[in-house]
Amino acid sequence: MTAPERRVLEPTVFELSSPGLRGYRLPPLDVPEADLAAAFGAEHLRREPPALPELTEPEVVRHFTRLAELNHHVDRAIYPLGSCTMKYNPKVNEDLAGLPGFARLHPDTDPRFCQGALALMVHLSEHLARISGMDEVSLQPPAGASGELAGMLVVRAHHTAEGNPRRKVVVPDSAHGTNPASLTLAGYEAVQIPSGPDGRIDLDALAKVTDADTAALMITNPNTLGVFETKVRAAIDVVHAVGGLVYLDGANLNATLGVVRPGDIGFDLMHFNLHKTFSTPHGGGGPGSGPLGVKSHLARYLPVPMPRRDEARSRGLEYYLDHDLPQSIGKVQSAFGNFLVAVKAYAYILTLGPEGLRRVAENAVLNANYLQARLAPHYELPYSGHCQHEFVLSASRQKEKGVRALDIAKRLLDHGLHAPTVYFPLIVKEALMIEPTETESRASLDAFADAMIEIAEAAAGAPESVTAAPENTPVSRLDEARAAKDLDVAWRER
Amino acid sequence: MPYIPNTDRDREEMLRVIGASSVEDLFSAVPAGVRLRGPLEVPGPLSEIELARHVGELAAMNRTAETETSFLGGGFYDHAVPAAVRHVTRLPHFYTAYTPYQAEASQGTLQAIYEFQSLIARLTDMEVANASMYDGATAAAEACLMALDRGSGRRRIVVASTVSPATRAVVRTYLLATGAEIVEVPHARGVTDAAALRDALSGASGLLFQHPNHFGLLEPAAALSAAAREAGALAIASVDPVSLGVLAAPGSYGADIAVGEGQSLGSPMGFGGPLLGFMAAGKKLVRRLPGRIIAATQDASGRRGYVMTLQTREQHIRREKAASNICTNEGLVALAATVYLSLLGKQGFRDLAVQITSKARYAAEALSGVAGVRRAFPGPFFREFVVELPMDARTAADELAKARIWPGTPCAPSFAGMERCLLVSVNEQHTRHDIDSLASALGALIASRRAP
Repeated sequence: MTAPERRVLEPTVFELSSPGLRGYRLPPLDVPEADLAAAFGAEHLRREPPALPELTEPEVVRHFTRLAELNHHVDRAIYPLGSCTMKYNPKVNEDLAGLPGFARLHPDTDPRFCQGALALMVHLSEHLARISGMDEVSLQPPAGASGELAGMLVVRAHHTAEGNPRRKVVVPDSAHGTNPASLTLAGYEAVQIPSGPDGRIDLDALAKVTDADTAALMITNPNTLGVFETKVRAAIDVVHAVGGLVYLDGANLNATLGVVRPGDIGFDLMHFNLHKTFSTPHGGGGPGSGPLGVKSHLARYLPVPMPRRDEARSRGLEYYLDHDLPQSIGKVQSAFGNFLVAVKAYAYILTLGPEGLRRVAENAVLNANYLQARLAPHYELPYSGHCQHEFVLSASRQKEKGVRALDIAKRLLDHGLHAPTVYFPLIVKEALMIEPTETESRASLDAFADAMIEIAEAAAGAPESVTAAPENTPVSRLDEARAAKDLDVAWRER
Repeated sequence: MPYIPNTDRDREEMLRVIGASSVEDLFSAVPAGVRLRGPLEVPGPLSEIELARHVGELAAMNRTAETETSFLGGGFYDHAVPAAVRHVTRLPHFYTAYTPYQAEASQGTLQAIYEFQSLIARLTDMEVANASMYDGATAAAEACLMALDRGSGRRRIVVASTVSPATRAVVRTYLLATGAEIVEVPHARGVTDAAALRDALSGASGLLFQHPNHFGLLEPAAALSAAAREAGALAIASVDPVSLGVLAAPGSYGADIAVGEGQSLGSPMGFGGPLLGFMAAGKKLVRRLPGRIIAATQDASGRRGYVMTLQTREQHIRREKAASNICTNEGLVALAATVYLSLLGKQGFRDLAVQITSKARYAAEALSGVAGVRRAFPGPFFREFVVELPMDARTAADELAKARIWPGTPCAPSFAGMERCLLVSVNEQHTRHDIDSLASALGALIASRRAP
């Protein structure tokens, strides 16, 4: 083997290219071929065709299959990223979303000819409303952060209609990074409050910053430490007392399915993550779906259009798209959101039913507590007590020996397991945030716990054996500083 | 419960390890007052057989390009999806993974996205591209935010009125709270007049135009980009990636940022989602790009590898100071585009654009040959074109639908005053017979309405 080849796991698709090859053919053109210069005018013509790679189909398939094999994934083993809810993605849902009646459906289709798709959207919205206690749900936001932005714009529209958009939105210091980023995009100033000693909202701190200029409180419950906000009602009251709204980041909804409905306890609006709670695949970083649910007093501001049911069939149709929303914040996506993702979430809810959804929460919480109990003797647990769907360990003990959370994460990869979320939430030093989900078996949890314990023991006895990780992965630790300095973000022939 | 592997016995033993007497104990932090009493009011559970029957019935109620001869387009296109694209995107290694937070265990996803960025850079003739945005509309909106965020004090975005209505709507939403002014400039004969832009562009932060535009017409892209540059504004070109097989690329005509919708590259329309936004720019703007960016680097032994880079722009580090709030993007749709472009390759991709050009021209000529029908705008076009009918376009579409022909999207109400206009979109899947059928059905309809 020559030296350069040893240095590349899999060449780029450009390096695999051979002039003249192709992997896909079109039928013969059955109309006269256009003269491009005459069709467009010379000034509009591309001089050289784009330098796309040239390969046959088997070469393309092998290239991407070889790349695929370099990935860890849920179908292989536990993927315990905290706050990501990496649960199993049911296979039938993929098949259903691929049905041509959905896949080849154009969003401008006359409502007469897409009643099935509209029915599915209306029903999914209703199911999400019943699961959350919200009154109306828009499926349009294509990701959680998009739902947050839409939600914060709804908050702004509400206060503007009341005479003053207000200036600030309160977020706990344990919030996901998207929360402050989204509220800023909606024109608000983030006011961060410290968590109390038990990891929960500090009501005094909240009361201190809450005033007539507070547009909203934005919280996650259970929060990112995996603890339920026991004083959530009181916190909501503090904000409602000054006319503020309370937003729920629904990233952690898996823990409370069938246990608590956010709408029942005073939340005014929230987003769902269909790619977390409702089992739709994460796709290597999307597509997700982040529906926005609101109580009825905010429904007029939801994104346009809204799919609706017309019991009276006044238009002759059972389902229609309501474009008549003059106070709507407008559109946040080109069409109606990530519809094919919605199909999968709809299928998931119907498969589980009311009892099954509750079992999801129970088993997600059971699995997390089991891991917490097994790992607590070996790692610092900054917030003790029963957790909900996730918990946060600190590698501070290991760090004294020179082993950081990052090293532990890398050593887990050597065990063929994925690492937890690391260095988040920001308020825990050397954080390891672990969310197993309900679809892991006890055996799988034990394998993870055993690996974590082995790493803790190694860190105590032979720390350099951990900091050398990873050793069994396709590549060893990668040079991020070099990446940022060289900034090679697009292949150039070399 | 088909997806919960623990047995009752597992649960008992786990509770013993936890030191709890029941699962209920684990919820002790949830006050009684906030608990749901009673079961959720949702249907189910359904077996796989029942589920497939029910959802299959919903799918079968819809009419699509599969069942009708459809000329709908306007931003969503029914290109054939090669079987290999479907099979690769169905590999669980890709679709059940997440954002590559642990690079060493995610090299497949990382390299695929790097190749996606490379392909987008090549298509647009730009130096850098990001790992994807939600759709073309949000990509355009984020580009407008980049234009505003230059510390210049300029607070105006100029938008061509030939940009698709959906994109303009999303731009308005994204800019709602920025205090920025959006000026939409009218078109003349379907395209933007660069000279008429001068006043609007004076003091503006950015110019957003679409090329080919929503009517399928070629904009004077070089003149628009130059006008923006002269005014000190960023030129943002929203482009149809398929057109770049034959049309000049944004980098070659001086656009600062290229954005667009990539659904047409190997993904189905899916009732409008998931879609695929892309964004490319010159290297000098790379630190202001929103979203993930993947870079090549080396591991400790000098082996090539890939990581997420410049993460200090992003929300999980910068929080309220982040360049954008985007986190999850459209990774799997970007993978589909990467496989699609790799399969078609240099020649195949050009052939695709040539076929679409040829069939769209054939269709425009066929429809213009129908008595009473004419193209609404005269200029050169790609993929789609507007025809003006001697009757209400919605009525015509309704009538032709009875013969299972969908002639296109009526331009009204999105474009006021265009009640007789229809946007007709043609792709490589249309046969000459499809197009001839459309022309003859439209001709018969118009003739029947003329008859006394």
